[in-house]
Amino acid sequence: MHVKVLVVQVWHQVVVVAVTKRIILIAVLLAQTINCATAAVLPEDRADVMFHEYDGGGVEINGPSVLVRKSVGKSVSAYAKYYVDTVSSASIDVITTASPYKEERTEIGAGLDYLHEKTKMSLSLTTSSENDYEADTTSVSISQDMFGDLTTVTLGYTKGDNVVGKNGSASFRKDIDLKVYRVSVSQVLTKDMLLSVAFDTMTDQGFLNNPYRRVRYIDAASATGYSYQEEVYPNTRTSNALAFHLRHYLPHRASVYAGYRYFVDTWSIQADTFDLGYVHAHEDNWLFEISYRFYSQSQAEFYSDMFPYFDAQTFMARDKELSSYTDHTISAGVTYEFAKDGFSVFKKGTVNLYISHMIFDYDNFKDLTVQTIPGDEPAYRFTANVYRLFASFWF
Amino acid sequence: MRISLIILFSLSIIACDAQPWVKPYERAHLADKVMIIDRDSVASSYLEHVYDAREGARGAGLASGGGCGCN
Repeated sequence: MHVKVLVVQVWHQVVVVAVTKRIILIAVLLAQTINCATAAVLPEDRADVMFHEYDGGGVEINGPSVLVRKSVGKSVSAYAKYYVDTVSSASIDVITTASPYKEERTEIGAGLDYLHEKTKMSLSLTTSSENDYEADTTSVSISQDMFGDLTTVTLGYTKGDNVVGKNGSASFRKDIDLKVYRVSVSQVLTKDMLLSVAFDTMTDQGFLNNPYRRVRYIDAASATGYSYQEEVYPNTRTSNALAFHLRHYLPHRASVYAGYRYFVDTWSIQADTFDLGYVHAHEDNWLFEISYRFYSQSQAEFYSDMFPYFDAQTFMARDKELSSYTDHTISAGVTYEFAKDGFSVFKKGTVNLYISHMIFDYDNFKDLTVQTIPGDEPAYRFTANVYRLFASFWF
Repeated sequence: MRISLIILFSLSIIACDAQPWVKPYERAHLADKVMIIDRDSVASSYLEHVYDAREGARGAGLASGGGCGCN
């Protein structure tokens, strides 16, 4: 027995010493990697004022957005952001199961970037408020330039604390906790080509469904042939997303880019996103950009357009964003740079207009505004336009 | 673990001593604004927010902040 205890103690000491040595070694190696750095840069001092609008599918969302960033000394850059969404909604969900509504969401954010040689540390805080949803988000990240400044590695963590309310029910108050872990690498491949790769793993926990949305089920006793009940989601969701972005410089001062993202989650949704774009500079003042984006996803395992009977499953959803569908986005934008020699306190300015046209085609989310035999309704589809009009000032 | 330490050690040495295959004076194209991935963050983060609200997938992009934006 004594011998056995002695062996365990010695083994324990060996393990502790070995682990301690390894931790010290790793720390020294990381410190060496960081210490070989010399210089990097903070974001530029600039102010952006934007008007944004989304219009489609019976939903109109617009409002202002202001972002101001200013450096403090040579090592710190700070920013503040103010953003408003004014929502007027008569979407397919709303007109078939509820009443059109209006609401406003206000988001305020602030952040700091601290630069030490080639290491940049960032902190951002965002709070968002609307009449039935509160969200507080905190993000931290650390970036390191290495390999002759050809590689930038970033590690990030985001925590979100959200509270879901319900209009007309003052006592309804549910929490959602969000955690996002991110690693990304930006790599210079040649003097004309950049590659960036990002991987996010995300967990959501809490009340994840919409308190207003309902699912439909076959009900022979109803005049329409179906009735509604509240949707029920699992209270956890874990998602992973891996994205690539490749950008190449073209000889006539232009660039072409391509991107791909793979997404998968524990609700059995798999999604692919492809995008392709072209940016063209004309003379010294103009910049033009066109792009195309394609998105496709499979449905969540507990989604159905119409359930066979009341309480047919433990979890039930009829959210079109959890159905099987594709969407296409075509975008075009123009930037005009003015006052390149400076004016007042500003070094230069730009005015910018970007317009995106989106087409959504649902495979198994039916358009219930069409009265017919339940289940025979046509698949829903809609289009939307997104406008971004903004001015930027460097100082 | 030993292999991991060897790789980490090698990376730490390379990170310091690597001669970049793209020299600083060869990076004019990379610094041009047509090559900046997130040229206007106020605009790109808004479009990411639209996608987040309208699609089941998210992540590995540019969006931040919260809010529902449902329906």
